[in-house]
Amino acid sequence: MEYLILILAGILFATAIYNILQKQLLRIIIGTVLLSHGAHLVILTMGKLKRGQPPILDDSVTSYTDPLPQALILTSIVISFGITSLLLVLSYRAANENKTDNMDEMRGESNE
Amino acid sequence: MSFLHFLILLPFLACIFIPFIYKKLNIHLGWIVVFVPLFIFINYLLFIPSISKGNYHAFSMPWIPSLGINFDIYMDGLALLFGLIISGVGTLVVVYSIFYMDKNREALHNFYIYLLLFMGAMLGLVSSDHVLVLYTLWELTSVSSFLLIAYWYERKKSRAGALKAMIITVFGGLAMLAGLIILSIIADTYSIREMIANVGIIKESSLFIPALILILIGAFTKSAQFPFSIWLPDAMEAPTPVSAYLHSATMVKAGIYLVARMTPIFGGSATWFWLVSGIGLVTLMYGSFRAVRQTDLKALLAFSTISQLGLIMSLLGVGSAALYYTNGEAQTFYAFALFAALFHLFNHATFKGALFMVVGIIDHETGTRDIRRLGGLMAIMPATFTIALIGSLAMAGLPPFNGFLSKEMFFTGMLRATEVNMFSLEWLTSIFPVVAWVASVFTFIYCFILLVKPFLGELNQSRLPKEKVHEAPIGMLIPPIILGLLVVFVFFFPNLIGKYLLNPALYATLSAEVPAFEIIAWHGFGTELWMTIGVIVFGLLLFFSIKRWTIIFRVFPDQLSINSLYMSGLENMEKKSVSLTDRYMTGNIRHYLLYIFIVTFSVLIIALVGFDGISFDFSTNSYITIYDIGIVIAMVAAAFTTLLTTNRITAIVSLGAVGYIMVMLFVIFRAPDLALTQMVVETATTALFLLCFYHLPKLGKRIEKMKFKLTNLIVSILVGVTVTIMTLVATGHRLFTPINEFFENAYELAGAKNIVNAILVDFRGFDTMLEIAVLFIAGIGVYTLIKLRPKGDDSQ
Repeated sequence: MEYLILILAGILFATAIYNILQKQLLRIIIGTVLLSHGAHLVILTMGKLKRGQPPILDDSVTSYTDPLPQALILTSIVISFGITSLLLVLSYRAANENKTDNMDEMRGESNE
Repeated sequence: MSFLHFLILLPFLACIFIPFIYKKLNIHLGWIVVFVPLFIFINYLLFIPSISKGNYHAFSMPWIPSLGINFDIYMDGLALLFGLIISGVGTLVVVYSIFYMDKNREALHNFYIYLLLFMGAMLGLVSSDHVLVLYTLWELTSVSSFLLIAYWYERKKSRAGALKAMIITVFGGLAMLAGLIILSIIADTYSIREMIANVGIIKESSLFIPALILILIGAFTKSAQFPFSIWLPDAMEAPTPVSAYLHSATMVKAGIYLVARMTPIFGGSATWFWLVSGIGLVTLMYGSFRAVRQTDLKALLAFSTISQLGLIMSLLGVGSAALYYTNGEAQTFYAFALFAALFHLFNHATFKGALFMVVGIIDHETGTRDIRRLGGLMAIMPATFTIALIGSLAMAGLPPFNGFLSKEMFFTGMLRATEVNMFSLEWLTSIFPVVAWVASVFTFIYCFILLVKPFLGELNQSRLPKEKVHEAPIGMLIPPIILGLLVVFVFFFPNLIGKYLLNPALYATLSAEVPAFEIIAWHGFGTELWMTIGVIVFGLLLFFSIKRWTIIFRVFPDQLSINSLYMSGLENMEKKSVSLTDRYMTGNIRHYLLYIFIVTFSVLIIALVGFDGISFDFSTNSYITIYDIGIVIAMVAAAFTTLLTTNRITAIVSLGAVGYIMVMLFVIFRAPDLALTQMVVETATTALFLLCFYHLPKLGKRIEKMKFKLTNLIVSILVGVTVTIMTLVATGHRLFTPINEFFENAYELAGAKNIVNAILVDFRGFDTMLEIAVLFIAGIGVYTLIKLRPKGDDSQ
């Protein structure tokens, strides 16, 4: 199972990078979201998969999955949500101000 | 802090007070300033009796004791000789500048502060025993020289000259710093005296040659040796007192001082001998040859300074052979060249200072320094002419002036160099006297040009900028007269300075016992005298036929001069670096991302392969069910759809699909809290995406296919493959047992049954607090981006 998920993470990374290297702002943000999905999968896999029950204490259960990666991913999900929403609004504003969403056209002055 | 420390720091102290008294003074500021060098000079004179007996004075003052850096002063013959020149010529220059610099038109406080800074730095430089302190003061002389050259900063040429001098001397200074650091690492001490004591260790080190060359680069740049001499002629844009002081008598001799000081350490080696004497002779020849051609009096003097410094340098090189021998006779034989170098150093400071002052007077009284405009000044300025006569004949090496003595000794030294037989390439030494003689002929010619062109012939008033030309004020004449008198005095009583100044200095330079030398004015018809007579005869012949042979200067075009090489080199460096920067800094974010990804992930792959890190272990892997495979395939499909679709709505929706499949994965992997959060967040994100998309009216309708780029594909695959390999390797190797069992105490320690929540708010509550802060900041950011607009912008 682990190698399957890690190959999946690799594919997510590859698609994310390909998206990020595009010119449209929306594609770049899609890329960052995919990238964070890939990272979350990697963190989860590092803690080993499918070992025991969900980490809710119960007398009848002897083995739980590792709760620490889950806590880390939870923190990370929230942070990447915050960043994504900020990026979206930023790109909306930038596209509106510059009348373009093409990164090639969003350049500073040549003498800057 | 000793009295000597006080003397050296006195100019710096005076600098502090000048701005306060400057505005309140009615008299020329120089009248106050002159007491500083005078006081130092008188006190330095008081050192002569004890130094001439072979004593030395050492004082220490802590500066950064924890690093072993102390302002250590070591006063011996060499330091005293330089100290007397610096303070003595300094006094005269300040007196001269009182009459040269106009009280009402010039910013005198700046001038004297720079000058005093320079004086203090120079005094400290020549008596510092600590190499790092020596370097600090060395750079301070560069900086103050830079300030002085650009004193008239509104002139373009002054700024250009200052910049050039700064670049070249600081380049040399940094090379010297590296050399000094190497040297102190070899010898395990910063003290020059201790280095000399441990000279055996230094000579055996493999870093001996690098240290030698780096230190020599420092000395050669400062002393304007070939090919670093180009800054000196351009430094002539400085006020004449500055040229007289810095660029003839003191700063340009800092390199000479360094070579003399380092002679006990490096002397006796073949590299040192050939480099110092060879470069010295090349500089001597080059300087004297170029000087003949100059039409500006100060440029002529600048090239003559270059040539005379080369002369001193070559004598120091030949004299270093004295350290090769241990027996007395051969040592004395070559030590005489060192003695000649020190003697000429002293003489040069006297006559060159006087000549610069003379040129300054001519410039001041006629308004020009161009020899094509000047002429017939002898009758108008008899006193100035007399000094010029003394100075230029001394420089040409004629009796009865001190230059004659040191030039004869120079010939002796060069003739003795031919007998050097302990280094390889001995045959080379046989051309030393020839070069020396030819250079002396050229020296003779330019000295005569200096004397004849401005003073003899007819005065053409119409060509001069100033109305009525007359003799300089007496105050302006006194300093050059004193120097001129010294020139004559030294010829008649050479042994007075020989005994009290030069022999102790020689002892310090050699750091070995040699019998004291006597200077003899008349030593019969030796080879040297015939050489001098030859110089006079050929010099006069060439001088009178000067128009016929100056054609040879046309053979060497200006484009091939070192100066134009330097200028074009500087220009090309700027152009090349601009074009290089333009090539990689395109302003295109895709390029920067490509650099980052390629570098980071190639390094990771190379490290993995290079350290044999790739090894997989699937033995602990968990089972796979058919559902798992289905979910993974669905996710891959969704991820690829974001790429392959031309429609943005499809891309957003498939991104949402990836998110919801993530939820399913979390469910499979027994992470209920994650699944819950991911679901909510994914919904919100997709909603935001769509909102954003909807509110971009113009862009929304456009459907655009992504352009395929092979580089992007390759880089993405590189990143994906690297991540997979890296994580696969990492997951198969667990170095320590995880700490997850601790968190099963959640109920006992935190009173919670949900372990993940207990970690978030109890065990690792700090993370959560800051994560809330992140959300908060993001919220403020979103609000700001939507609400705040530049003033006058009402568009929504």
